[in-house]
Amino acid sequence: MTKDEIRATVLRVLGEIAPECDPSTIAPATNLRDQLDLDSMDFQTFVIRLHDELKIEIPERDYPEFSTINSATDYLSQKMRK
Amino acid sequence: MADFVMPSLGADMEAGVLVGWLRRPGEHVNRGDIIAEVETDKGIIEVEVFTSGTIDEVLVQEGDKVPVGTLLARIREDEGAPAAETTSKAVVAAAPEPQRAATPAPTESRSDAEPARIRISPAARRLAHDLQVDAATLNGTGPGGAITREDILAAAEAATRKGEAPAISAPVSAEARESGAEDRLQRMRQTIAAAMSRSKREIPHYYLSSTIDLHRATDWLQQTNISRPPAERVLMGTLFLKATALALKQIPELNAVWEGDRVALRSSIHVGVAISLRQGGLVVPALHDTDQLSLNDLMRRLRDLTTRARSGRLRSSELSEGTITVTSMGERGVETVYGIIYPPQVAIVGFGKVVERPWSVDSALISRPVVTVTLAADHRVSDGHRGGLFLNAVDRLLQEPEKL
Repeated sequence: MTKDEIRATVLRVLGEIAPECDPSTIAPATNLRDQLDLDSMDFQTFVIRLHDELKIEIPERDYPEFSTINSATDYLSQKMRK
Repeated sequence: MADFVMPSLGADMEAGVLVGWLRRPGEHVNRGDIIAEVETDKGIIEVEVFTSGTIDEVLVQEGDKVPVGTLLARIREDEGAPAAETTSKAVVAAAPEPQRAATPAPTESRSDAEPARIRISPAARRLAHDLQVDAATLNGTGPGGAITREDILAAAEAATRKGEAPAISAPVSAEARESGAEDRLQRMRQTIAAAMSRSKREIPHYYLSSTIDLHRATDWLQQTNISRPPAERVLMGTLFLKATALALKQIPELNAVWEGDRVALRSSIHVGVAISLRQGGLVVPALHDTDQLSLNDLMRRLRDLTTRARSGRLRSSELSEGTITVTSMGERGVETVYGIIYPPQVAIVGFGKVVERPWSVDSALISRPVVTVTLAADHRVSDGHRGGLFLNAVDRLLQEPEKL
């Protein structure tokens, strides 16, 4: 899976969790929780969906990596290369 | 014969619109089955039946707006079925708590066995009729896939562009589409305003707060979650809910409702959870028998409840049977919550943000994760002494998270 495909997956999952937002307007380097008003349940759902779709282990200690689109994409790309 | 009435789904609900019947006269229903949908300011709510039997007759037609308590249908009860005064519950009824059917397991999708139906509000249905739009061909974007006025307007607009619409006299604007959502939000704000004004007007609130050391709870959660896949991890909020529910067993007068001029204790503990909605406003559905759920079950139920609250698929019992409310504002950076009691309940518990603070242990100052928990309670029902004992109980319970 390319980095662009991973980014697209991240955006699609976010769009499902916060359907009122337009994924194309999400700033890639800005905190997602603040931008999309995600709470801990939304955030956990975000991680669950990515875990299920990409088959990647995401330990709780790595949750800070999912604070922005860019950092989440970088993290998932690295994990998928391993 | 049992009566199935328009339920009260909140302290200030006076009427509701019967959106649709999901079962027909002559059909057999079991206690807990969802047999109708009602539109309120909280969205479209699925209404359960509280007895088993056969629907004898339906007295209110789809699209009709009727007051709370109106007889909607009559149900011929099965032989041996427990007697029920009404088969859908009114929130402030002075009757004993009805026997509730087991809450169905959380599910993300409807049963395939359910008959296909169109979820559409009467307003949208009328608009579809006026604009000659076939609602059955649309995919709804409203709560739970319900077809909204906006969906009808968009379909009419699209048909106009294609030259398919026979006659649409008024142009459909983006402003018109937005106005429907604004109307819904406005109605919800009015409902919240009425309930909160009544609360402040009628209930003599007293407030207590306590700061609780969470280091044991956070350590335990970290250890518990480390070996679990994401879907099975437990959130701190779940511990707060369980600790609240168990503390209520020690201070039962906080698990009650105010009826007329007296308090009625509730034997079951159904903690209402304040859930903010993305389009604005909030709902407070209840987690039934919170005290009896394991943390894993509670987590699953909470996720299911949150998902359904935000997609407009709550059930009537979830909106009418809460016995206390818990609100958590920590995610928004709030450290202390001064809640307003949701009538007819008599207490609300607020949890703030978990923060690191200096904490004295054996005369030494160390850093500890702490949370401020606040109790707002009805002084007609309890006193500060009992409220303080409740907060102490919550504290003690959170010091032994493995026992929750």
